[in-house]
Amino acid sequence: MSEEEIILSELSDEDLNLQMQDDLYDGMKEEIEEGVNIFLERGWQPYDILTKVLVEGMRIVGIDFRDGILFVPEVLLAANAMKGGMAILKPLLAETGAPRLGNMVIGTVKGDIHDIGKNLVTMMMEGAGFEVKDLGINNDADAYISELESGQYDILGMSALLTTTMPYMKVVIDTLVEKGTRDDYVVLVGGAPLNEEFGNAIGADAYCRDAAVAVETAKEFMAKRHNQLAG
Amino acid sequence: MSDKLTQMIADRGYVLADGATGTNLFNMGLQAGDPPELWNMDKPENIIKLYKGAVDAGSDLFLTNSFGSNASRLKLHASQHRVHELSRAAAELGREVADTAGRNVIVAGSMGPTGEIMGDAGTLSHETAVEMFEEQAQGLIDGGADVLWVETISAPEEYAAAAEAISNVGAPWVGTMSFDTAGRSMMGVTSVGMVDMIANLAHQPVAFGANCGVGASDLLRTVLGFASTGTQMPIVAKGNAGIPKYVEGHIHYDGTPEVMATYAQMARNSGAQIIGGCCGTMPHHLRAMREALDTMVLGAAPSLDEIAATLGGFSSPSDGTGDTPAPKRERRGRRRA
Repeated sequence: MSEEEIILSELSDEDLNLQMQDDLYDGMKEEIEEGVNIFLERGWQPYDILTKVLVEGMRIVGIDFRDGILFVPEVLLAANAMKGGMAILKPLLAETGAPRLGNMVIGTVKGDIHDIGKNLVTMMMEGAGFEVKDLGINNDADAYISELESGQYDILGMSALLTTTMPYMKVVIDTLVEKGTRDDYVVLVGGAPLNEEFGNAIGADAYCRDAAVAVETAKEFMAKRHNQLAG
Repeated sequence: MSDKLTQMIADRGYVLADGATGTNLFNMGLQAGDPPELWNMDKPENIIKLYKGAVDAGSDLFLTNSFGSNASRLKLHASQHRVHELSRAAAELGREVADTAGRNVIVAGSMGPTGEIMGDAGTLSHETAVEMFEEQAQGLIDGGADVLWVETISAPEEYAAAAEAISNVGAPWVGTMSFDTAGRSMMGVTSVGMVDMIANLAHQPVAFGANCGVGASDLLRTVLGFASTGTQMPIVAKGNAGIPKYVEGHIHYDGTPEVMATYAQMARNSGAQIIGGCCGTMPHHLRAMREALDTMVLGAAPSLDEIAATLGGFSSPSDGTGDTPAPKRERRGRRRA
């Protein structure tokens, strides 16, 4: 446990990776940006930096959030540091045609004006490397679906805090079914009064208890999709 | 000079606060998605009915319909220019009900969170938050609120911003947080941590406590945590009427008036002096709580086991206080954050 100053550029690839995961955990944005640039100079592929360093680091943050070791403020700092690294990688990822982690549309359902939980999910999904289009509060089926149809989306996330508004999620899902596009998307739902049983009852792919679970669930579903496409 | 709430606690020993606002207003036809605060101007008769519901059921204190009347929340409805107007109207209607109640009733000006994230990773600065809360607080005081009532806060930064704003308008205040994440606030504050945080505020509240959250059992555990610090500041317990259950297409809170009556007595024995309900708590619950509080003999604080056996289990094994060491991740530890 020495307190000597760490020179990131002097670390081996393996040590630099571990150090960056620690720095992500501590929400150190500038160090993450520096580390990403060092890996790029060393010839690492942008996609490898994203998945082997940043996403892996955020996975550990997510586990400790789930287990009550970290709380929202620390997670947000980590996500913020991750976004710093992503800002450098994003144009490079597009250039190199790397696989996307996934694109998501998210919003609070019609009739509901509560958005803190939804905002946290947005920040953590972005922190995990997903592209998120946040539609804000009070969205009807048309708002969700026209956005889904306007772009290349994989995931629909719906949030509700009120017992009176959560049933509307079913309306959105039923509309997707009618249009025949339900299976084009992974539908994730969340919010304080929901539970897994409700998620199943309305035909969502998964209920997510908190923002960390949402990220993990989204990653699992995206991995399955990639496998299906590859297979 | 003592404020009205401090005086009432000194005179009576305890205060029955009110119940739900949203649940009651939805029953009067508030459309989901519409901000309830607009009714302060558009349907004042319904707001008066809401306040009277609590007062007629025996509440000594009720909260105004201004939970979301800050610029940040009203902006979502393009009404951010109406903060003062809607806040003042909420308090004026409250004044009218309290002054014709025929007994001493306190009007508490409700101030909910901005909904934005503060702190290092947040988007809302301390200065802007203070400005927003101050505008709302001024409206409530101009409308005649006796005390300001900050509630459902999860971030210490936001609690501190509200304290500073209220100091600027020179009003007495109460501030409660919601403990809904493994016994802590969403931002990780424990019950004991809240007491420590308040001790450092320049403008001290006249009472503090917990509201909303996960159910009566968790809320009482939080109250026991407050009391364990030996604090002399009056404690508020404002729990939900049970937990929302999804039954055959309908959703209802499972707390009966009997359960809420038991909860009220246990809250009092746990050390709370201001006791009320939150989501799902209707006038018939309040009546049962009034009766229970007025007829009870003060007893020993319940143990956690007694709480769980009477009101149901806790949402998490620990609430982050006490001797259990916090779980930690082993780090390389070469850099200090």
